[in-house]
Amino acid sequence: MLEVKSVTRIFGQKAAVDNVSFTIDGPGFVGIIGRSGAGKSTFLRMMNRLLDASSGEIRVEGRNVLALKGREARAWQSQCAMIFQQFNLVPRMDVASNVLHGILNRRSSLQTLFNIWSKDDILKALAILDRLGIQEQAPKRAEALSGGQQQRVAIARALMQDPKIILADEPIASLDPMNAQVVMDTLKAINVEDGRMVIANLHTLDTARRYCDRVIGMRDGRVVFDGTPDQLSTGVARDIYGADETFNEAATSTAIPADATADRSYADTLMS
Amino acid sequence: MVDIAYGPGPDRKPEGGSTITTSEAYLEMVRRRRLYSGIILALFIALMVAGFQLAQSRNAGGFLNGLPQIFAFPSEVISEAWEKRTNIPGLFLQFLPSLMETVNIAAVSTLIGGFTAALLALLATRGLARWPRLTPLFRRMMDLTRSIPEIVIALMLIFILGGGPVPAMIAISLHTAGALGKLFSEVAENADVKPVEGLTSVGASWLQRMWLGVIPQVAPNWLSYLMLRFEINVRASAILGFVGSGGIGYDLKLAMQWGAGKYDQVVAIFLLLFLTIIVIDQVTDHFRTRLVKGDRKARA
Repeated sequence: MLEVKSVTRIFGQKAAVDNVSFTIDGPGFVGIIGRSGAGKSTFLRMMNRLLDASSGEIRVEGRNVLALKGREARAWQSQCAMIFQQFNLVPRMDVASNVLHGILNRRSSLQTLFNIWSKDDILKALAILDRLGIQEQAPKRAEALSGGQQQRVAIARALMQDPKIILADEPIASLDPMNAQVVMDTLKAINVEDGRMVIANLHTLDTARRYCDRVIGMRDGRVVFDGTPDQLSTGVARDIYGADETFNEAATSTAIPADATADRSYADTLMS
Repeated sequence: MVDIAYGPGPDRKPEGGSTITTSEAYLEMVRRRRLYSGIILALFIALMVAGFQLAQSRNAGGFLNGLPQIFAFPSEVISEAWEKRTNIPGLFLQFLPSLMETVNIAAVSTLIGGFTAALLALLATRGLARWPRLTPLFRRMMDLTRSIPEIVIALMLIFILGGGPVPAMIAISLHTAGALGKLFSEVAENADVKPVEGLTSVGASWLQRMWLGVIPQVAPNWLSYLMLRFEINVRASAILGFVGSGGIGYDLKLAMQWGAGKYDQVVAIFLLLFLTIIVIDQVTDHFRTRLVKGDRKARA
């Protein structure tokens, strides 16, 4: 379904993405991990055609999407939704309008200029918001929502596109643990229920282990690991992040611990 | 399975950064900066003094000798107008239609110029431009229309098209497009690109990205500049009346050329213009504050 062939992107002298190749057959949940500057974002942005690749091919159902130009490239963008770390919504517009932006590719400039949306489209947008549990926010300005809610609006916009592939660039990096879980659960549900492929850049290993069917590790622009989450041992993680023995993923983990000793002792201090 | 390509090692810390050498180096830099600003100040004062002396020597009658005469003409005008002060309310009514013409010229050219400016600004802004390679072209276009004074364009157009409000309108619109385009572009440059990027990712066209991603962000600032420009254009439109574009400027020219005898009209026209500018200033100021404050309220 998705075939990435030696994709490279060079900024100045440095290769941000260096000869990346992999194949994804079914609509799985793929996580890309690696430290900052490893080329994860650059790769996703090339796939969505926000950035042009220096060389290589990305074939989706046999068609090289990196070679598309103008109108065709925009049509591809509409089939390949993208979710951003900073949500990238239009802050001054209401939530439902932001969701409707997902079908802009099918709208003429004149329709956009006068803000004309058909009743069916509006109802569809509201249904998607309902599915994500934020329908009551529809008339509010996007900027008035919390980060977690804004990211769900961004997911709703992606769903409005009815895409085959959803790319998520650090979707939970600016969210608190609770909202992060809601967003990741939503993405997983879309992956399982709708059968849409999800490719997410993640920077917490526990998230990658918990949600992904497959993990790709990148370092300095190259793929250095490609396997299942259980193959992702601490040793492998150290290699991906270029870290030494002092690296301990629990130190920065955002997972909520299962044991309740801390709660107990906190309760005790309150009671005494 | 795991194939590690070792990148460059972690950055090494700079060696031997002792505090004594850095503080001495910093003090040395401060001394050098002070010396430079002292030299520049001395140079500036010398240039100003020399310039004033040259200007004084070139002036036909001498600046200081001519100074008392500056007040002779206004006092003549005002004393005559004071004698005929009962005429002034009637003259207000008489000149109201030409004032309307002047304000209309300004309004239409602000609208046309503003619309052109918006388009040029978006095309000339780095990061937003439809054709990034053509941004210098659109920038030079704005520079060109801005650099030619309205009165020059108007004089040329009056020569070609004959007198009347249309040449003035075209002249002011052209100048407005260039002047506002530059300001609009500066505002758009500071606009947040995240919404634009989000819209790009869904496959929106350039017009859709600008209309939904940029315009809502820049609208308050753009409108504020547009209103300021309207006020400037009222003055420009009045001045263009002098060269034959109609409106209140033309009446003023006739009254002034007549010399003594019509000074009540001159004063009436000046008062009318003055009042108009004050009214426009107050009204636009009110709306501009509301634009900015209303914005703050919505955000809170």
